[in-house]
Amino acid sequence: MALDTTAVEQTGAPSPSSVPVRRRPGWLGPNVGRALVGAVAGYAFGHWIGNVIASGYTNVAGSGQNDVAIALGLSIGVVGWLAGAGMLDYPLAKLVGREPLPPAPSKSWTRYFGPALDHKVIGLQYTIVVLLFFFTGGLMAMAIRTELLNPTNHVFGPGTYIALVSEHGTIMMMMASSIVIGPLGNWLVPLMIGSRRMAFPRVESFSLWIFAAGYLVILSALPLGGFPTGWTGYAPLQTQATGGMDSYLVGFAVIGIGMICAGFNLLATIINYRAPGMTWGRVPIFVWSVLATAALLTLATPTLVAAGLFGILDRTAQTAFFVNEHGGSSYLWQNLFWFFGHPEVYIMALPGFGIVAEIFPVFTRKPLFGYRIAAAGMIGVSLLSFFVWQHHLFDSGINPDMRPLFMLTTELISIPTGFIFLNTMGTLWKAKIRYEVPMLFALAMGFNFLLGGISGVFLSDVPVDVTVHGSFFVLAHFHYTIMGGIVFAFFGGLYYWLPKMTGKTMDRRLGKWHFWMMFIFFNLTFFPLFLVGLLGQPRRVFEYAHNLQALNDFSSVSAFFLGASFLIFVANFVWSMFIDPKPAPANPWNSLGLEWQTPSPVPPYNFTRIPVVLADPYHYGEIDASPVADLGPRTLAMAGAVPPDGPRGIGSDSVAGEEGSADPRPPIA
Amino acid sequence: MSEGGETHHFRRLIAIWVVLAVALDLAFYFALGPHIPPGAMTSSASGAQFDFNILFLIALPVVLAVWVYWAYALIVWRGSRAGAPEPEGGPKARGHFGIQVAWIVTTTVIVLGVFVFGTVELIVPAGAGGGEGQSPIWTPTSHDVLPVQVIAQQWQFIYRYPTFGGFESRQLMLPLDTTIAFHVTSLDVIHDFWAYQLGIKADANPSTDNVAYTTTQQLGSVTVRCDELCGLWHGAMYNFGRVVAKSQFFAWAQATEHQNAANTKLLPPFAYTYVPDANGANGGYYPDNVDQYSKVETYGAKNPDN
Amino acid sequence: MAIVGVLLAVAVGLVVFTVMAFLRSSPPTVDFTAGHQAGAPVDLTLQTVGSIGFGPHPSWVSYLTLNPEGQWVHTTLWDLPANTRINVTVDQYDGGSPLRNQQYGQVQGTVGGEATLNGKSFQVINANAGNGVAHTFAIPTLGISVPLYANNGSSNLCAAAPCTFKSPHNIVKFSFMTPGPGQYPWQCFLPCGLGYLYGNGGPMQTVGYMDGFLKVVA
Repeated sequence: MALDTTAVEQTGAPSPSSVPVRRRPGWLGPNVGRALVGAVAGYAFGHWIGNVIASGYTNVAGSGQNDVAIALGLSIGVVGWLAGAGMLDYPLAKLVGREPLPPAPSKSWTRYFGPALDHKVIGLQYTIVVLLFFFTGGLMAMAIRTELLNPTNHVFGPGTYIALVSEHGTIMMMMASSIVIGPLGNWLVPLMIGSRRMAFPRVESFSLWIFAAGYLVILSALPLGGFPTGWTGYAPLQTQATGGMDSYLVGFAVIGIGMICAGFNLLATIINYRAPGMTWGRVPIFVWSVLATAALLTLATPTLVAAGLFGILDRTAQTAFFVNEHGGSSYLWQNLFWFFGHPEVYIMALPGFGIVAEIFPVFTRKPLFGYRIAAAGMIGVSLLSFFVWQHHLFDSGINPDMRPLFMLTTELISIPTGFIFLNTMGTLWKAKIRYEVPMLFALAMGFNFLLGGISGVFLSDVPVDVTVHGSFFVLAHFHYTIMGGIVFAFFGGLYYWLPKMTGKTMDRRLGKWHFWMMFIFFNLTFFPLFLVGLLGQPRRVFEYAHNLQALNDFSSVSAFFLGASFLIFVANFVWSMFIDPKPAPANPWNSLGLEWQTPSPVPPYNFTRIPVVLADPYHYGEIDASPVADLGPRTLAMAGAVPPDGPRGIGSDSVAGEEGSADPRPPIA
Repeated sequence: MSEGGETHHFRRLIAIWVVLAVALDLAFYFALGPHIPPGAMTSSASGAQFDFNILFLIALPVVLAVWVYWAYALIVWRGSRAGAPEPEGGPKARGHFGIQVAWIVTTTVIVLGVFVFGTVELIVPAGAGGGEGQSPIWTPTSHDVLPVQVIAQQWQFIYRYPTFGGFESRQLMLPLDTTIAFHVTSLDVIHDFWAYQLGIKADANPSTDNVAYTTTQQLGSVTVRCDELCGLWHGAMYNFGRVVAKSQFFAWAQATEHQNAANTKLLPPFAYTYVPDANGANGGYYPDNVDQYSKVETYGAKNPDN
Repeated sequence: MAIVGVLLAVAVGLVVFTVMAFLRSSPPTVDFTAGHQAGAPVDLTLQTVGSIGFGPHPSWVSYLTLNPEGQWVHTTLWDLPANTRINVTVDQYDGGSPLRNQQYGQVQGTVGGEATLNGKSFQVINANAGNGVAHTFAIPTLGISVPLYANNGSSNLCAAAPCTFKSPHNIVKFSFMTPGPGQYPWQCFLPCGLGYLYGNGGPMQTVGYMDGFLKVVA
C-alpha cells in the first residue's frame, strides 16, 4: 500500500542496495553540465537528420529555412538533455532487465545540480529555475516598456519588438503555470499531508528537468529570429513565421508534458498518500488548491500538446490543420489553444488562492473562515474553467448564439472565484493581524486580484468586450490577476516557507522594502494601462496614438521601478541564503501547519514516524482544541528545535502540555 | 464578544460603504459617464458606453465593499494596537451559515443580473458591433443597409464598396444615419478590424466573411486599428476614416468610383471571401494553386436611400 | 554556498547576454541628410533583386539602397530630410506575378499621381497581364504606393545582389514629399516570400529585405 509507516533510522535512505555500487565521479554523473552536453549533441544530431530528410522540399529550398531540422533538433536536444540529467537511466535499465542504480546519497550542495528523488530537493531546484525564468521574462518586460516610451521613435526594430513581446509572454506564461506547483507544491504537499514522499518521485524529477529544458527551448527562439505571434501563437501567422516559431511550438509541447506529469503526480500523491486521520475535511487549504490545479494540469494540457503537434506538422509536413484553403481552419488553433488556455489561467490563479488562505490564519491568529466553501470554490473554479474558453473568441466570428452562453459561464465562474474574498474577509473579522512580510504579500494579492477579477467581469460582457478585446485593457486585466495574483502570492509563500525549506531566514527589512516597492509600482504600472486600453491602444503594437504617450510613459517609468524592486529581492535572497545565512527557528511564524512541526531544515525522511492526524491546522484561538497530529515519540533532533512558546500540535505520546508545547496565550484569569 | 460589539462594527461598515458607494457612483455617472469610450458616434458605440457605465455602477460598490471592509479591518484589528485581545477561535470563527449563504446569493444575483443585461444589450442592437461570423442572427431592422467590405491583408485595410461598382479604396468614408454592414475578411492571416469610434470589432479570417452591424449617429473622425497580431507591421496597420453627411458620402463614392474605374475593371468580381492562393504569389507553400477567386453570391446589398 | 551564488550570477549573465545580443542586431541606416541643403530634392536609388545571394538568408528577395557614396548597401533604413521632394529610382531586377490585391496596381500618393516605367508614364499596371508585377513600394501611413513592373520570368534574371544593368531590368521612377519628422514604415505589398504560407513570411516580414523605415529628420 502507499503508506510507509515503519520507523526510519536517523541516517539513511530506506532501502540500501546489497550489491556493491560502481558510480562515476560526481562531475561525470548525471548533472546539469552533462545535460547541457546532451542537449547540444542531441540538437546537432536532430538538425542533421532534418537536413537529410527535408532539404529537398520546395518550401525549404525556397525559403532557405528548414523547419524539420529545427523541430527535430530541438526535440532530440530535449531528449539529450533528459538523458544527460539521468532521467532515462531508470526506464532504460528496466527495459533491458537490469536493476537500476539508486541515486548516490549526497548531503552536499552538489545534489541540487542533478536528479533527485527527495521532493524537497526537487522543490528547491524548481525554485531556482522558476526565478531564472521569471527574471528573464522580466528583463524582456523592461525592454518592452522602453520601446513604448515613445509612440513614433523606436528603440528596437518592429521585428525585434514583436519577438520580445512574444518571448516575454511565452516565458512568463510557461513560468507562471508552474511557479507555485513546482517549487511550493512539490516541496510542501507531502509534508502537509504527512507523507514522506510523492507518489512518483522520478516523475517529479522528470517534470523539473523537462521544465528547465522547455526554458532553454523557448530561449532558443531568439537566436533563431524570434517568433511573431505573441504567446497565443495564432495560426496561420504561426504557419507563416520564420524559424523561431518552432521553438515556441516545441517548447510549449515540452513544458506541457512536464505540466501533465507534475499534475498527475500531485493528484496521486494527494489522493493516496495522506497520513492516517487526514480526512478530506482536514486537508490544508493549500493542498485543496493544488488538487484543483493538478486536475487542470492533467486534463487541460494535453490539448495544448496536441495543438502544438498540429502546428509543427503544418510547418514541417505541409499538413493543413490551420489553413482554410486546403480544408483546415484558422479557428481550429484558436479553439484548441484557448480550450487549454483558459484552464491555464486558473492553473495560475488557484495556487495563489491556496497560499493566501494558508497565510491568513497564521498572521491573524484565527481559523480560516469558511474552509469548506474555500475548498468547494476551488473545485468549482476548476470544473467551470473548462466551459468558458470561447470568451476569448467573442469577436472572432464564432457562431453568434455561442456568445450569450459563454457570457453566462464566464460570469458564473466569478462566483466561486469570489469565495477567496469571503474567506479572507471572514478571517480578518476581529483578528489580531501581524504585518509580517508574507502577510503583506497575501493582502496585496487580495487587493490586486479584486481589480483584476472585476475587470474580468467587464470583459465577459460582450458589448463592452467589443471595445476592449485585444487592447491594453485586457493586458491590464491579466497582469492584475496573474502578476498581481499568483506572483505576489508566490513571493509571499517564499518569504513564508523559505525558513522551513532552507533553514535560513530572509531579512525582514529588505523584505518589507521589496514588498512596498513592488506593490506600489505594480499598481502604478498597470492601472494606467486600463485607461490606455479604453482609449484605443491595441496590444502588441510598437506605434500608438500620440495622445496616449503621457500614460504610457508613466507606466513605463513605474515599470522600471517595479523591475528594480526585484533586485532588492535578489539581493535579499542571495545574501540570506548563500552569503550570510542565519539559521531559522523551526517555526518562526508560530503556525499550526503540519509542515512546521518538523525541524528546520527538514530531514530527508520528513517525519520519524508517519503522523496520525487529529485535526485540521486552523484551530487558532481555541482553548481546548486538539493538537493537529500525533507525531509519535520525539527524537533528540526534534526536541531542541521547537521554540519554548511553540504552538499547539506538537505531541509526544501525550496529547498536550509537554515541554515545548505550551499554550502561547496568557492563562485566563 | 457581545452581540452589541458585532453589530457595532457591522453598522459602522455599512454606513461608510453606503455613503461612499452612492457618492462615487453618482459622481462617476454624471461626471465621467458621458465621456466613457468609445463615445456615441454609432448605435454600437453608444451601446457599449452605456453597458460600461452600468457595469461600472454595479462594480464600484462591490469593490468599495471589499475595500472599506479591508481598510477597516486592517486598521481596527491590527495586532500592534495596545491591549489587543487574543482572537477567539471555535465554530463561530470557522464559518457562519447565514453569512455564507448571503454571500453566495448576493453574488449569484448580481452575476445573473449582469448576464441578463449583457445578453439584452447584445441582441437588441443587432449584435452590438461585434463580428457575428458568416451567419449573423441579430440583424438590423432597417432594410437600407450599406455593405462595406473590409479586406485585411498584411499590413493594410482596404475597403470595398460593392454597391458602388465594387471599387476598392484605402479610405473609409461612411454616411450619417445609415445602417452599415461590415463584411470583414482577410487575404492572409488573422487580423482584426477595430473601428474605435464606431464601436465595431470583428476578426478578419482568411476565407471567412465576418459580419458586424452598426448605425451611424454622429459625424466625426474614425480611427481604425488592427487588433490582432498579424506580423511585423501590426502596430503600423491603422488608418483614419470619417462619418460624413449622406450627400457628401455619395459625392465621394461616385467620384472615387469614377477615378478608380480603370483599376476596378482589373479587380476580381465582388465576393464575400477571396481565396488568397490565387492572384499573387502564394509563397509556393503548397504545391497546388487555386486558380480563381471564389464566387459566393452576394445578398441583401441594395443602394441605400438618397 | 558562495559558489552557488556565483554560478547563479553566471547563468543570469548568459541569459542577459543572449537577450541583448539579439536585441542589438539591425541593418545599417543610410544617411541622406548629411550635407543636404534645405529645399533641394534628394535622389534615392533602390534595386529589387530576386535573391540576395549573401548573408544569413541568401535565397531571400530583397531591396538594396545606393548610398550617397555610390555603393549598394543591403538595407532598407534611410534618414531623409523633412518636407523634401524625394526622387525615387528603382532598378527592378526580379520576375513577377499577379498581385494579391490588384488595388496595389494603382499608383497612389506620388507627386503628380503618376510614375514612369522605363521613361513612360503610367498610373495603373494590370498585374494579371504581361510579366506581372514584381514588387510594390508602399508607405501606407503616407498613402503612397507604386507597383514595380516585372521582368520576364523565363529570362536570365539576376540571382545575386548587387545587380547591374547587364541583367534584365525595368526602371521605375516617381517622386514623393516627405512630411514632418517621424519614423514611417514602408513595405512591399506583393507577397513574394517563397516557401512561406501566403507568401508574407520571411523577407516580407524582415526589416532589411522587403520592409523598412523612413526616418524623417528635421
